[in-house]
Amino acid sequence: MTHASLLRRITDFSSRADPYPLYEELRRTPVLHEEEDGPYAVSSYYDIQSLLHDPRISSDAAHLTAPGVDELSDPETTGLPPSFIRLDPPEHDRLRRIANSSFGPPHRPHRIDSLRGELVRIVTELVDGLGDARRIDLVDQVAYPFPVTVICRLLGVPREDEPRFRAWVDPIVAALDPESRNDPEAPVQRAAREARVQLGMYLAGLVEQRAREPRDDMLSDLVGGDGPDGSMSMMEVLSTAVLLLIAGHETTVNLITNGMLTLLRHPEYLERLREDPGLSVKIVEELLRYEPPVQLLPQRTCITDIELRGVTIPKGARIWLVLAAGNRDPERFKDPDRFDPDRADLEHLGFGSGIHSCFGAPLARLETQIALAELARRLDGPRLVEDPPPYRENAVLRGPRHLHLDIDGVRP
Amino acid sequence: MPAEQFHEWLRREGRIVVVGASLAGLRAAETLRAEGFAGSLTMIGDEPYQPYDRPPLSKAVLLGKASPDRTELPRRRGIDATWRLGVAATGLDMAGKRVRLADGDEVPYDRLLIATGVRARPWPKEEEAQLDGVCVLRTRDDAVRLHRRLKAAPRRVFVIGAGFTGSEIASACRDQGIPVTVAERADAPLVGALGGVIGAVAAELHRDNGVDLRTGVMVTGLEGDSVGRVRAAHLSDGSVVETDVVVVALGATRNTDWLAGSGLGAGPRGVACDAGCRAFDFRGIVTDDVFVAGDVARSPHPLFGYQFLSLEHWGNAVAQAEVAAHNMISASSDRIPHLWVPAFWSSQFGVNIKSVGVPSMGTEIMITQGSLAERRFVGVYGYQGRVIAAVSFDNTRWLEFYERQIERGAPFPVEYPTVDRRPEGRKPVPADFPDPSLPTHGPTVTLSGYSPADRRLVFTPARH
Repeated sequence: MTHASLLRRITDFSSRADPYPLYEELRRTPVLHEEEDGPYAVSSYYDIQSLLHDPRISSDAAHLTAPGVDELSDPETTGLPPSFIRLDPPEHDRLRRIANSSFGPPHRPHRIDSLRGELVRIVTELVDGLGDARRIDLVDQVAYPFPVTVICRLLGVPREDEPRFRAWVDPIVAALDPESRNDPEAPVQRAAREARVQLGMYLAGLVEQRAREPRDDMLSDLVGGDGPDGSMSMMEVLSTAVLLLIAGHETTVNLITNGMLTLLRHPEYLERLREDPGLSVKIVEELLRYEPPVQLLPQRTCITDIELRGVTIPKGARIWLVLAAGNRDPERFKDPDRFDPDRADLEHLGFGSGIHSCFGAPLARLETQIALAELARRLDGPRLVEDPPPYRENAVLRGPRHLHLDIDGVRP
Repeated sequence: MPAEQFHEWLRREGRIVVVGASLAGLRAAETLRAEGFAGSLTMIGDEPYQPYDRPPLSKAVLLGKASPDRTELPRRRGIDATWRLGVAATGLDMAGKRVRLADGDEVPYDRLLIATGVRARPWPKEEEAQLDGVCVLRTRDDAVRLHRRLKAAPRRVFVIGAGFTGSEIASACRDQGIPVTVAERADAPLVGALGGVIGAVAAELHRDNGVDLRTGVMVTGLEGDSVGRVRAAHLSDGSVVETDVVVVALGATRNTDWLAGSGLGAGPRGVACDAGCRAFDFRGIVTDDVFVAGDVARSPHPLFGYQFLSLEHWGNAVAQAEVAAHNMISASSDRIPHLWVPAFWSSQFGVNIKSVGVPSMGTEIMITQGSLAERRFVGVYGYQGRVIAAVSFDNTRWLEFYERQIERGAPFPVEYPTVDRRPEGRKPVPADFPDPSLPTHGPTVTLSGYSPADRRLVFTPARH
């Protein structure tokens, strides 16, 4: 067997549980280009940071001329126009501004904060639901159902429709895993396509309803926006809603699960969190550095030849920004492989940076802070059943498929 | 005492005095302690308040969204200092190493940091400046007074000077539905800081938001009524504007009066210092025990032809304070230079304006991203074939890239394509700064024109 290329070793499933030694190897060649038509992988903190603010870098797939299918990229098989994550300015800016005007300051400064009580209730119910079990799966029972419920409330999906909504989301999320992507006829893919159609039709109906009778929710704001940018078209609302759903789901599941896993590997912090729920703020920030839910951004390209560290990246090439490698760059962070929520210097790349920096960041932070604090407080004597746990296939949205814990009970 | 021993002693039991209890003073004090200074620390401030943050004073505080007594600066750590608040420093005895205070006290030092900042330039006609309703905006007390005036539903507010502060005040008025007139001597707002091309966009911004903007005019006088309240402003074009509140926003004057006769190289343009923040005396010889930081400092910057820059920038105050503090307690081989790339921001009429570099040095500008007409863009300034500055309207997130270009002396014009480049952005146009010998209302960067390579004195009047 010939020696597999480093990037292939990174994406290979066998390295999923601990890719960090490979990232360390990757950083030794800050701009790594191993195969013709293959990606240029950028792994140092400062280079990633600088490319994220570089106006010669594009997120628009139309500029990506490198041949070949990128098995890591999001398959945009929704039949919807690209959402703002795959657009450049000015379209990106217009859509993101409208989306933001219903999500955060200055127009809706309290949107997220006002969800706090609701988030606590949802987590409490999920933890209550663990009942008398002595063995639980944190993914299936808490981390997974939580974000989808939250996004329903945020968008304005009525409670009675939530089970149906979740039934569509499940196959869509399952199909994100690259394992099944190569075969479009795989049952998972077929189910996902069917679910996308159903979900699209459902959302379209809901958006029409909100256009007629607006309520205090995001769909109403998006379709009825009266700001200087106007409102989104029906198709744009659908793209945006699906983006929020997909981008905000798996990432949050992984952040919570990686969080619990990391805390169980560093029990002193689990103990501290139990005593001081306020520590969740620092813990979540350090998690975003130490175990970022998005390991790398595989979709960028450049609209002209650019030079980086003496390497010319040609126009149209595929560029990978390996956030998880940059987050542990010893040039930037002292003792980078140590999980240390007490770090004072913590400008991580977990949410990216620049114009595409994570839209849902304030929500993801709050969800994870609340979930981890509640889990620390209520789970009695949690222990990992297996370490490492089984992982999902996906190398980009990296996280455990299950996190089985033995517990002595659930505290009230 | 050998140098090494001296610094050890200084760190252990030296006396450091910081004059100016604001952003730069506080951050310097915190840095001193963080770096292990264990001696005595005295903080002197003429205002009676703990160090507070100024940017909100012309924004959230005027809108009533933030209380002025809630703008205290967050503390990075305890500084264990003796505070002398509400007492101005009135003199400096360099030979005796003492600071004289308004109450007659003298405070001895081994190291002194001057961080006295600037004050609002008052209306030059004293009698008119005394009229009830004539305000400036610099301090917390100023903000309280102005906020109170705005809450009292004035018929009209009259702002003299369309620099950043004047524009932000006008914006705060419009936000509350208060009629406002802005008078500006130049042809557009922000011209001194950003040039005529950007000034034209700023002018539209004012007018579209209902500001009665009068450009190319001077205010010839303020008129009071029988009981001493201001009632009207007279303009050089012969027009008269009736008003209840006049805000004088003519930029700032450096607080160096207290240093007169001290022998320090201090004047209306600030206190000159080297890149390590050590003050020069008036003979041009660098001192070793007097340091300067913040708005009051003027220091040479290698990126900008070693010109002496004085920057009224929040970020500069922090960065320079940290460098000054470090150097105050370090031996010469451990000292570091202050090489901060100038950057500032403003928020007005719902637009976030930010710049990096020194726009006023630019001779040309090109809009590399977005469009002037949409008021969302990045403009890049060029000087002698290199990128010298950039400005953004609602496009802040790109500026880091342009900052790197400035640091590298990247070539100008910008030939490479960028996302969202419009046809208007393909060619540079003159940046259209006013003749630098004409006074403007407070550009945020002042160039002295004096450099080792080009010993030329440029006359720039100190007063409006």
